[in-house]
Amino acid sequence: MSNNKPIKVALIGNPNTGKTSLFNQLTGLNQKVGNYPGVTVDKKIGVSQLSKNVVASIIDLPGTYSINPTSLDENIVLKTLLHTDHEDFPDVIVVVADIENIKRNLLLFSQIKDLQIPTILALNMADQMDKKGIKIDIALLKKELKSEVVLISARKKQGIESLKKAIANYKKSNIEALANISERIDAAYFKSVKQKFPDFPLYKSWLYITQVEDFADLSDVQKSKIKECKKDKEKIKKYQHKETIYRYQQINNILTKTYHIDRSKGTDLRAKLDKVLTHKIWGYVIFALILIVIFQSIFDWASAPMDWIDEFFANLGAKVKELLPAGKLTSLLAEGIIPGISGIVIFIPQIAILFLFVAVLEETGYMSRVVFLMDKIMRRFGMSGKSVVPLISGTACAIPAIMAARNISGWKERLITILVVPFTTCSARLPVYAIIIALIIPQKRVLGIFGLQGLTLLALYFIGFASSLLAGYILNRVLKVKGSSFFVIEMPNYKLPSVKNIFFTVVEKTKAFVFGAGKIILAISIILWFLVSHGPKKFDDAEIGFKSKVEKVSLDPEEYNAQFASYKLEQSYIGVMGKAIEPVIKPLGYDWKIGIALIASFAAREVFVGTLATIYSVGNDDENNSTIKQRMAAEINPETGKPLFNFPVGMSLLIFYAFAMQCVSTLAIVKRETNSWKWPLLQLFGMGVLAYVAALLTYTILV
Amino acid sequence: MDISIANLKVGEHGVIREVSLKNIPLTLLEMGCLPGAEVELIQIAPLKDPLYIRVNGSHLAIRKETASKILITKQ
Repeated sequence: MSNNKPIKVALIGNPNTGKTSLFNQLTGLNQKVGNYPGVTVDKKIGVSQLSKNVVASIIDLPGTYSINPTSLDENIVLKTLLHTDHEDFPDVIVVVADIENIKRNLLLFSQIKDLQIPTILALNMADQMDKKGIKIDIALLKKELKSEVVLISARKKQGIESLKKAIANYKKSNIEALANISERIDAAYFKSVKQKFPDFPLYKSWLYITQVEDFADLSDVQKSKIKECKKDKEKIKKYQHKETIYRYQQINNILTKTYHIDRSKGTDLRAKLDKVLTHKIWGYVIFALILIVIFQSIFDWASAPMDWIDEFFANLGAKVKELLPAGKLTSLLAEGIIPGISGIVIFIPQIAILFLFVAVLEETGYMSRVVFLMDKIMRRFGMSGKSVVPLISGTACAIPAIMAARNISGWKERLITILVVPFTTCSARLPVYAIIIALIIPQKRVLGIFGLQGLTLLALYFIGFASSLLAGYILNRVLKVKGSSFFVIEMPNYKLPSVKNIFFTVVEKTKAFVFGAGKIILAISIILWFLVSHGPKKFDDAEIGFKSKVEKVSLDPEEYNAQFASYKLEQSYIGVMGKAIEPVIKPLGYDWKIGIALIASFAAREVFVGTLATIYSVGNDDENNSTIKQRMAAEINPETGKPLFNFPVGMSLLIFYAFAMQCVSTLAIVKRETNSWKWPLLQLFGMGVLAYVAALLTYTILV
Repeated sequence: MDISIANLKVGEHGVIREVSLKNIPLTLLEMGCLPGAEVELIQIAPLKDPLYIRVNGSHLAIRKETASKILITKQ
């Protein structure tokens, strides 16, 4: 390592150009994911050793087709490049381009180059040149583009050293603009722009003028000048179109001289695969099969690691209690923080497996075909073909799913997707479903093969999907939201997924979940711990109260402890809260104990099971489902003298959990993504009312 | 007669004649849908929408509604 400051490099490129592969090649394991201030877009930064004493800090900017953003992610690219004093403002930009689709890739290059920052063009997938019949005159291309051009193959690790060398020599770059926009469009107009902002490259001022958004980093004088220029919207639009056409003309001219492709050499793999994968019958059959495989794997592969995690944290909690002196702090650690962390970590296996599949489907290019197949169907429900990924991801966790909705360019379609994703059966609902199903559905088989319990679970998944579509359908009619529903998606070439890329994607997304949702789940777990372990005056005198209550019965010590814990819970703040809401939930068939579990579920739904375990005094830490189940089955409704968890109550609870918005982390994410409290509140109350009414109906009909 | 990409049959080619400034977002132009560019309709989704086209070397899927606003000369 040297003492020199690292060179700041920004990687920019179209989606599907192998930009991320290149980033992984350059940085290896030296990468970290952060957040851009104010937005939840992931910021990937890595360190690359360019030579013995030159180090580069490399930032992987979101993929984009143009510097003019159409989404939150793409906006980052523009912002980073406009703000010269931005902490990520690059010393040098590497534009990554796909050698096969060089024309469109050069459009972005041409825009970037005009910002007059040192820019290198990295032509990726150079190893495919012979196969695809591509010939390039690199020397001439360098001259025409007034830039360094490097042939690379990120996957085959070719050309990486040359690229590193070019980055290290960035100071020698020619920073002349490439496209002379002023001459070709309206010389007088651009001259006046230049006079207004003499310090900026012309294209930079033009970008400030053309963007809808206002930028905060300018001085007041500059701002008012921009505002003045922005007035003539017609003209701006017209000139933007002219600019794009001009850039393409220039690129065409350059490519005619430097680039040759023999089309006859191209393979027709794309056409062959497309024929099957987007076939009117096979296309849907294949998609359905893939979905089944995904869900099956989430269950099968994740169950073992989830059990280990569960056991590990239970043991850890017990150990802490055993080793540390009893007291508030130990209690907070063993009963608040450790279970809280466990509640986050337990979801990692399912989430990682789901992202593994989503990443593979995206890397191979298949996901675009699904979008193509599903767009018309999804539009009936107010969404877009691009809503499929969020809805599938929602079966693991709504948080990353809602973030995945960013790709949807129409605001109304995106908003509806965000609003309905929480209906899909996320993994936090599973433990709740599992225990209630085990309690009320007999272990019978239907038609010899299908287990009745499994079918019930399947039905709940179906309810989840169906209600999200139905909600979309209704919202589409009801919501009056402005904004176009423009849709365009690239159908990339099919390719084999790279193990390295997928590994990094899965790690990155899982991390985003752990640190995004994790903080809130942990915080609420601690609040819950407080509510459970503290209470009004009666709580402090619980021991005396309990002793006088059980005076006449003789209990063995274990039974005594368990019942005492239950008694204490009744006196705690959360017990008081449970009793307070009892009148409201009584019509659904619930008592105050279930009420406590409902309140606790707002941290994360799966807390339901743990809370019930405490309420039904399964006192010790090595609890397992069967003992909780036995306790729950033994619980008697004092009014009827029959088991409390009968079929109607169980069904009512299942339905309640299927619909209710019991997840603070999701609400927080929705607030951030929609930039308003209106939408998360709509979800909370809309879904809450729906859950209540549906559960009420279920109970009333069944009882 | 004004024909647009939406009028093409699978496998047919055309040359883009006009892209209306009013209802076509800049993005589509930037992705290659420019006047003078050759366009081929590769496939139509099973439910007749969206359309899968090749233009300027890019393979894109766009909705019929958008396609009907990109006027072409048939080849």
